Amino acid sequence: MVEVLELKGVTKRFGSLLANDGITLSLAEGEILALLGENGAGKTTLMNIVFGHYVADSGDVEVHGKRLLPGSPEAAIRAGIGMVHQHFTLADNLSVLDNIVLGREPLWSPRQRLGEARRRVREISGQYGLELDPDAKVGDLAVGQKQKAEILKALYAEARILILDEPTAVLTPQEAESLFATLRSLAQKGFSAIIISHKLHEILRVSDRISVLRNGQLVGDIAAEDADRDRLAEMMLGRKVSRPTAERLKTGEPVLELESVSTDGGDRAACLQRIGLTVRMHEIAGVAGVAGNGQVALAGVISGIVVPSSGQIRLAGSALKFGNARKVVEAGVGRIPEDRSAEGIFGEMAIWENLISEDLRSKKFCRAGILQDGAAARRHAASLIDHYDIRCSGVEAETRLLSGGNLQKLILARGLSRNPGFILANQPSRGLDEGAIAFVHSRLLDARRAGAGILLISEDLDELLSLADRLYVIYRGRIRAVAPAENPDVTRIGLMMSGEGMA
Amino acid sequence: MRLEPREQVPYWMVFSAPLFAIAASLLLCSSLIAWAGEPIAASFILMAKSVVGSKFGITETLARATPLIFTGLAVAVAFRARFWNIGAEGQFYFGALAVTWLGTGMFSLPPILMIPLMFVAGALAGGALLYVPLALKTRMNVDEVVTTLLLNFVVLLLVSYLIEGPWKDPLSLGWPQAAPVVDEAVLPKLLAKTRLHMGLLVGVGMSLLVWFLMTRTVWGYEIRAVGHNAEAANFAGISVNAVMFRTAMISGGIAGMAGVSEVAGLKGYLTLDLSPGFGYAGIAVAMLVQLHPVGVIASAVFLSAIFVGADSMSRASDVPSYIADVVTAVSLLLVLVSVMLTRYRIRWS
Repeated sequence: MVEVLELKGVTKRFGSLLANDGITLSLAEGEILALLGENGAGKTTLMNIVFGHYVADSGDVEVHGKRLLPGSPEAAIRAGIGMVHQHFTLADNLSVLDNIVLGREPLWSPRQRLGEARRRVREISGQYGLELDPDAKVGDLAVGQKQKAEILKALYAEARILILDEPTAVLTPQEAESLFATLRSLAQKGFSAIIISHKLHEILRVSDRISVLRNGQLVGDIAAEDADRDRLAEMMLGRKVSRPTAERLKTGEPVLELESVSTDGGDRAACLQRIGLTVRMHEIAGVAGVAGNGQVALAGVISGIVVPSSGQIRLAGSALKFGNARKVVEAGVGRIPEDRSAEGIFGEMAIWENLISEDLRSKKFCRAGILQDGAAARRHAASLIDHYDIRCSGVEAETRLLSGGNLQKLILARGLSRNPGFILANQPSRGLDEGAIAFVHSRLLDARRAGAGILLISEDLDELLSLADRLYVIYRGRIRAVAPAENPDVTRIGLMMSGEGMA
Repeated sequence: MRLEPREQVPYWMVFSAPLFAIAASLLLCSSLIAWAGEPIAASFILMAKSVVGSKFGITETLARATPLIFTGLAVAVAFRARFWNIGAEGQFYFGALAVTWLGTGMFSLPPILMIPLMFVAGALAGGALLYVPLALKTRMNVDEVVTTLLLNFVVLLLVSYLIEGPWKDPLSLGWPQAAPVVDEAVLPKLLAKTRLHMGLLVGVGMSLLVWFLMTRTVWGYEIRAVGHNAEAANFAGISVNAVMFRTAMISGGIAGMAGVSEVAGLKGYLTLDLSPGFGYAGIAVAMLVQLHPVGVIASAVFLSAIFVGADSMSRASDVPSYIADVVTAVSLLLVLVSVMLTRYRIRWS
């Protein structure tokens, strides 16, 4: 086997954090290597060093036995490394072809030689099964197609080594399948790939070899055929963590009812089209769907920050006043926002201040507009920190210093400590590590046991299948319940997520 | 060279950073003194003496600091909510217009009622003026930096029209100035035969009040929350528009009070040169102490001392008084840099 890429003792520090600790890795020709690890394990840092975005403190990267110039993405591209980022780096208003040749053209040539480029793109897409119209506008493409465009772009730049950062995060199961097929066929033709991921089952399906990172260290390097889910999870976490499972409960009265709710404004595909759904006591109703199909509007309407254009929402039987977040909170709704740091917290304010942001006017913390200093709010915060195991230096610490998992615990503490009758959980485990996900899930199941109804909006089908009692699929602003008989038919749900039978 | 964020900023750094910045700016400005051909040390000693060396220097410094405390506070409150009020100058003049309109003979009450009434009227006028950019921002998304700034010039033209025309004092021997305020509205002097007046106490009182508002009340919490993260504030059920409205009224109101304090406390009547840019200097005052309401007092006194010192230096030597503007500008820049360096450390690579 020919080694195409070698990392030798790569070390990178950020302040006191050791992001990569002497990592030695190699990638062979025609091999698909999976880089597995929790968030913050150092996967992305390592790949950014390979691609020249960061400079390693020590250690070398070698391509075909030659040392790669550190800190230069250009050198990496010239050496045949192509990176497909998690967030696509494509210009939406340009065609696929324009995006591909962007930056690859001679700087001083007055004329674009698009004809020749178009021929080459067609050739490459035919050869590797990446069918895509080079003249389509990128903005009109589906997410899976955008990813194809990214891969085409790398291949056009003559990459022989592809690095894919969380490539399936935004794909439907079918799109992910097609990506894996593409990768397999590329590997057979002698290309090599590194896939960064934390999704165990996907890694097991597509890769030849798996390297596991934990806290910046390489803790394992095994062939995919010798690996199984439990073993990988244990290597990744350094301990056994299992997600809790839901027990059967008898559901009760409806706590949330939406009746033909529509929204307008902005992207039409993301507007709600006469949506109806019900969540009952002791029940988790899941909403599956690919990002951008109306989840934001749905969560916004229920959280009270988006005013629907028509329809009705009832909380525990009584009609909800639209577009008033305070009324929603006062009506006993616990909310977990999609984007923790953008919507959920005030990073520069103290932890205790963040914990009362939804109770500012309650008698507990304030009299006649004056916050009770010291006493009530800080005691409240200290007890929540204790109950929800928020790791921090104290109630006065700035909230931005918390890690993602602890931030989510803070948001859970704020939303769930009031024993809400209904909980809106929007992507509650996105970007969290396995331990924190288990924590979030067990808290949601506790709330369900205590009687709450939960609407769980998630792009992670595994999470929905393991937690939800019932599933809805959302596509282009329309919602459909998955019939119980089909449950849990992943293929069927995946097809619905891409629009089949949703008209 | 790279900047790396510090995980935690030590307290000593927070306090010493502005002091270092000020020392560095004085050092930098000493090159200008040398350029003017004067001895550096002697010039600084002269400056210091003129500020703290006499009763006149001290009271003059405090008198000049008074309007800066108000305008600095006005800016500090607005900037805390990320409402960029660059129009304290205009609001200052609107306050001055209010006291001129009501306090120059329309009626008179005993001072104990008249003086508070003048401040309330000035605050309402300043707030009302700031309502215009606020409404444009919240309803039509017009950038308030532009509107508040440009309104300053509109207000100056209005003042100019009034004191050249309908409000011109017939006894002013042709000078463009309004009639003096009635005796009942004049702020009492704190010390006889100085320019120091009650406005200083009102300013200090306001700054304590604003500090209490910002740290201990729901309104203050909401102002800070909106400033830090408006999206999260909206999600938490805080009405961002209502908070913006309150912030603008408080900010414009305090700037309007500055105008009242200058007319009724120092000058006695309205002229076009009532403010040599107090509204703009307020931005420097607030930024020097990172918008801290009580810190505003210290930075107002500091900037005022620089101006008083530079004035007497220019009288006694060949250094022009513009040195004060240079010191202000340089120290502001250096404070911003040093604040950044408390949050980030430089790595040479």
